[in-house]
Amino acid sequence: MRGRREAVALASLIVLALVTLVAVLAPQLSPVDPIRNDLLERLTPPMWIAGGSAAHPLGTDTLGRDVLSRLLYGARLSLVVGFATVLISGLIGVAIGVLGGYYGGWLDDVLMRAGDIQLAFPVLLLGVALLSVLGPGLGNLILVLVVSGWITYARIVRGETLSLKHRDFVEAARALGALDRRLIWRHVLPNVWAPIAVVATFSVARTIIAEASLSFLGLGVPAPAPSWGAMLDEGRNYITTGWWLALFPGTAILIVVLVINLLGDWLRDALDPRVERGM
Amino acid sequence: MSSFLVRRLIHGVFVVWGVVTAVFLMVRLTGDPAAFLVDPSATREEIEHTRRLLGLDRPVLEQYLAFLAAAPRGDFGASIRHKRPAMALVLEHLWPATVELALAAALLSTLLAVPLGVVSATHKDGAADHVSRLASLLLQSMPGFWLGLLLILLFAVELHGLLPAYGSGSWRHLILPAIALAAAPLAQNTRLVRAGMLEVLQQDFIRTARAKGVPERRVLYRHAFRNSAIPFLTVTGLSLGFMLSGAIIIETVFAWPGLGRLIVQAVPGRDFPVIQAGVFVFALIFVGLNLLVDFLYAVVDPRVRLS
Repeated sequence: MRGRREAVALASLIVLALVTLVAVLAPQLSPVDPIRNDLLERLTPPMWIAGGSAAHPLGTDTLGRDVLSRLLYGARLSLVVGFATVLISGLIGVAIGVLGGYYGGWLDDVLMRAGDIQLAFPVLLLGVALLSVLGPGLGNLILVLVVSGWITYARIVRGETLSLKHRDFVEAARALGALDRRLIWRHVLPNVWAPIAVVATFSVARTIIAEASLSFLGLGVPAPAPSWGAMLDEGRNYITTGWWLALFPGTAILIVVLVINLLGDWLRDALDPRVERGM
Repeated sequence: MSSFLVRRLIHGVFVVWGVVTAVFLMVRLTGDPAAFLVDPSATREEIEHTRRLLGLDRPVLEQYLAFLAAAPRGDFGASIRHKRPAMALVLEHLWPATVELALAAALLSTLLAVPLGVVSATHKDGAADHVSRLASLLLQSMPGFWLGLLLILLFAVELHGLLPAYGSGSWRHLILPAIALAAAPLAQNTRLVRAGMLEVLQQDFIRTARAKGVPERRVLYRHAFRNSAIPFLTVTGLSLGFMLSGAIIIETVFAWPGLGRLIVQAVPGRDFPVIQAGVFVFALIFVGLNLLVDFLYAVVDPRVRLS
């Protein structure tokens, strides 16, 4: 049983590495420019269907743009948004959580209450509300997802810090004259990274879905930049004539999110069996 | 018990205040709210007129207090597009369309999760368990709106309109959006019931119940499931909130005439009174549901009240 879990995790990691490689090499791998349209070639089916051509292996969209090229470039956006959001919100959340849990004080109170209010806005609602004001764009997209994400990390880290700071080994280090900074870096942070790694992994998956959802609603990166969510939005009105437009971008999302979730499952079991599946 | 409830209630009131404040600040994020609250094609004079009409020429603090007084009454001004009070529009779309959809999806995701999770747990590592876990994993990794598109492709296109893909009007219109909305919570609930059951089934009182000859079905659903139901309860409550936010996108896919679609459609026209009122109502329901879960939690598990 143990060996199979490891094998699944390794396979997931390999798939994720391949997708990342494909995203990095998108300009080299793409058959055509992803935003070049060709109205004579519009709605060409995938190459293995009658009427398809090898020039567009996965067919073309309603403007005659190459679906495969757009998928490859779309991987860049999904991965950049997923990882950047988790990195930024993780850093902010961990910093607020560890300082708040360690020092307490009014700022800690204010930030935690602000977090309570923020949790009243589910990510899609917050996204629609903020992006309707700020306007679409990569920066705003990441900003909204960070605003929605930091509190999870802050809460977990704060709770762990509160319980850690009076544990014997921390008290002992303090009695030996260790400064706060050293106590935080050497004694508190090393003990909170495991639950954070698990939550962060699942967050990458959820963020990629959130990005796709907001792009689907037209609130992501503006057209014609390729995004898997936006491709699904463009394809949904042509579902009867161009099923591939609805099928391929969704499959891409499914594969990436699935392997990240599998990695998260493995990480959770390996690092910290107490952590429940992230809420 | 009562002090716990009072504390939660005060906290709930605090969060509602925060929600109102956030909605107030929303249109002021980028400067001039008048630019957001009037028709984009308005002339300078019209904007000035509206500014005075809405009190936007007064000090911000005064505006804020007026907003705090107006929001609980549901007064968010008139929709720019529909020329009607925004809150009336919001409530019309919330009830019955969004409530129907959210409830149908919530029922689907909880009622199916219990038997699936129990069977998965009692047949751990069997074929049924593997199928159910694989399905859960796939459904949790799939955006709900894409599942919606696939359902449309299958039922409305491939099966030649076995079920309607768009709009509302009959219970048949409800089926596909409810499935798309319920899928991810169903997967999560199934995993949760399974994990809870696996833990409870190992305990002594289950062995005792079996030893004294209680029928297996009764052991599973009365003795075991009831004791593993507490985390399930929280997640169910929260997933109802998730249904509401998921409704924003699922309603758009299926052209379901609910609150989520109303808000999304208000965005390109910059109909901010509708967006503000809709966001306010959504957040309010979300807070209310969380509060309800806390209460139920305290009722079901006496230990919660003491902490």
